[in-house]
Amino acid sequence: MGKWSRRAFITTGVAAGGVVVFGVAIRRGDRAAKVFDLVAEPGDSLFDVWLKISPDNTVTAIIPHAEMGQGVHTTLAMMLADELDADWSKVQVLEAPGDKEYANYALARGFAAGDADFPGWLIDTVDGFFFRATQVMGLQITGGSTSVRTTGQLAMRVTGAATRNALLQAAADEWQVPVSELSARDSMIYHDASNRSATYASFAVAAAEISLPSKPILKDSDEFRIMGTSPPRDDIPAKVDGSAMFGIDTTLPGMKYVAVKAAPVFGGSVSSVDVSSVQDMAGVRKVINLDDAVAVVADGYWQAQQALDRLQVEFDDAGNSHWEQSDIFQQFADDLDNSAAAGDEETDVAVGDVFAALADADQLIEAEYRVPFLAHAPMEPMNCTAWVHDGECEVWTGSQNPLGFAKDVSDVLEFNLENVTVHNQYLGGGFGRRAFPDYAVQAARVAAQVPYPVKLVWSREEDTRHDHYRQASISRFRGGLDADGNAVAWQNHYVNKYDPEEAPHIPYAIDNQRIVYSESSTHVPWGFWRSVDHSLHAFFTESFVDELAVAAGRDPYEYRRELLAHEPRYLAVLDLAAKKAGWGDPLPENTGRGISIHRSFGTIVAEVVDVEVVDGDVNVQRVVCAVDAGFAVHPDGMAAQMESGIAYGMTAALYGEISIRHGAVAQSNFHDYPMLRIDKAPAVETHIINSGEALGGAGEPGTPPIAPALTNAIYDATGIRIRELPVRQHDLGKPDYRETDVA
Amino acid sequence: MITLSINGETHAIDVDPTTPLLWVIRDFVGLTGTKFGCGIAQCGACTVHLNGAPIRSCVTPVQAAIDQEVTTIEGIGQSGHGLHPLQQAWIDEQVPQCGYCQSGQIMSAVALLENNPAPTDDDIDLAMAGNVCRCGTYPRIRSGIKRAALAINALHEEAEPDG
Repeated sequence: MGKWSRRAFITTGVAAGGVVVFGVAIRRGDRAAKVFDLVAEPGDSLFDVWLKISPDNTVTAIIPHAEMGQGVHTTLAMMLADELDADWSKVQVLEAPGDKEYANYALARGFAAGDADFPGWLIDTVDGFFFRATQVMGLQITGGSTSVRTTGQLAMRVTGAATRNALLQAAADEWQVPVSELSARDSMIYHDASNRSATYASFAVAAAEISLPSKPILKDSDEFRIMGTSPPRDDIPAKVDGSAMFGIDTTLPGMKYVAVKAAPVFGGSVSSVDVSSVQDMAGVRKVINLDDAVAVVADGYWQAQQALDRLQVEFDDAGNSHWEQSDIFQQFADDLDNSAAAGDEETDVAVGDVFAALADADQLIEAEYRVPFLAHAPMEPMNCTAWVHDGECEVWTGSQNPLGFAKDVSDVLEFNLENVTVHNQYLGGGFGRRAFPDYAVQAARVAAQVPYPVKLVWSREEDTRHDHYRQASISRFRGGLDADGNAVAWQNHYVNKYDPEEAPHIPYAIDNQRIVYSESSTHVPWGFWRSVDHSLHAFFTESFVDELAVAAGRDPYEYRRELLAHEPRYLAVLDLAAKKAGWGDPLPENTGRGISIHRSFGTIVAEVVDVEVVDGDVNVQRVVCAVDAGFAVHPDGMAAQMESGIAYGMTAALYGEISIRHGAVAQSNFHDYPMLRIDKAPAVETHIINSGEALGGAGEPGTPPIAPALTNAIYDATGIRIRELPVRQHDLGKPDYRETDVA
Repeated sequence: MITLSINGETHAIDVDPTTPLLWVIRDFVGLTGTKFGCGIAQCGACTVHLNGAPIRSCVTPVQAAIDQEVTTIEGIGQSGHGLHPLQQAWIDEQVPQCGYCQSGQIMSAVALLENNPAPTDDDIDLAMAGNVCRCGTYPRIRSGIKRAALAINALHEEAEPDG
């Protein structure tokens, strides 16, 4: 199975404050003119493709990212509005249409593969260094915790500042005064000397004729008026009264409904369908064999699903039904053994001489960790509405990659890309799952066979069994300590590397490091899962450093401090979390405290967990989180993302396990793939450091540290070291849950 | 033909009486605020009220709602007063993230506060544990319920100054 990489989509950060002098995606007017009809009304003035000013002085930020609860629409609009000195109460948000004028997915594939040249029409938007950032903005991919770092910094702020300059210039021309005598605030321009003032809108038409500077001066962080505050998110009111439109809420005249069942074993296909049992069922319109799945079209979704359940379908298994979960782990272990014996591992990090250091060490510590496959399980099951008409295909869905979806739909239908339009809706959870277009391709294939629009909805069972899964893995460690307990050697060998490449790296000052991996492929489809490889490697590395501390007889927090003496930024985050958590204070009986720290997507997060373990019941009482993302553009949104990332990672750590049985996913719904619920959800305290370093992401970095902080806390409470997730499979004082399930 | 009363409006619908209420509300009545999450009463996204009590509409046959009063997220705003205090509290606490589960969360919370104007943390756990949120908004849901409880009690005191 081919591997995806997000490496190409992660850009270098730019200082949050200070003068930013990089050129960026300021497009020529003729480019903007082509998109005008898509996003603007007559009378509006469009600046670049990201900003419009309407005659009523409303400013609209055009955001090329999907809203899936991370608040990206509000946060990016804030960045634009602040540099523009706009009146925040008159700022609106429009999600950029999934149109080729906003980008071209085919180019993205070439860029990602590193083998495409820039086409001429994009040259103006790209300024060398910003190559990757432009990909993320222009391609409308929402992932990798990149939106603020790339689109926010390089499109929103720059366009806001450049437009402000143009408006001032237009006012200076009109009033025949020097620009230096003008000031701008709250979408108004003032000339104090003549006591004149006017709205931005009154100069917008003239300003739009002025070519925008590509390197405007951006504000220092102490000049921010909107960034760094927490205005209410624009998407929330519609999410409390039922009016928010998610993909699944799409309703079109004459629309029919589709239920679908794919071959249970990955790689399998439909071998036979007998429609006789369903053809007389009320409301059933059509049964469609999609080769790897079968679909039923009916007047209502329930009718479609009932018919699907009754349909006689046989699937083949592509020779994969012999796979059991234990075989997959055995294969991983064998591949690690064989690869180590052959010495053919791939190298992530090689510093010093680990083998000599281990041989000389006074103490040798070894540990093996395992994590299972994980499904995303967003609350909104995969769904897509598609309508093929007049040689075109329109698609309504929630997508983290709408242009990529359009490309894949156009490929499968053999349509020109221009004839496919994706209408992106709110996402009922993304977490990486909605970057994969399989469900949209299915809907388009059904729509191509019927004369009406169809809404295809996966059952929860289908959603659980046909995800793109976070990989299962085994990671082995050998650590060496000297006579004083100092770590002198760190050897780590794991299976299967995806992305980002630095996920297994450690920040600790250990002179001899060897971090290597071996491939051990499976038939289980892989996908980006909130924080991707960080989600497992933080558990591995932050568990093992804890084990080193225990072996050295040291406090786990103090031990990390010593190893981070050369990393003041890490140290500040670690210290803040420990201080706010009251590290070192005595704890009640049966309670333990654990700590971890991990950097991902440019953001350093430390978490301290307090856990009570009584009769095997694990109760996480509190999580204290310290985060340094450089600068928190929307502090409450940053806190919300930490709360969310922690809950997502804690769900996986406590309960999450997808296992393979007879080649297929054994779990099916929330009864056997359980979720964190409010009665087990801890209080979360988030403390933010604005260090002024390069901006990091927010959506994912809260997730990696929670599993090791939790299992380190369980060790503190019980003396039981959990080396295999999820926690619930371990006997912490009560019978194994699997035995309980059988009984 | 089945006759249903939803948010005070009567609907006559030609549908198999065993069809779950959820799909009748969404596909036939066209109220899409009530969500499909699991289909087996495990996640609470489909929560509506039947005569004021919270039920999982994904496993409730529509025939069980005949001649009863069904209330959905679209029906809890107070006429003339805009949002229900819980909806306002959800905005004030910035509770939703993706928002998909929040209709169900709010419907469970409305039922809780109608029975218990000052719920403890344990009361909240008990009433809300059937509603899953994958974005992990639980701490804010807890704060939202407490804020709304205060607001509702203040309204009552205003309405009944002697009470």
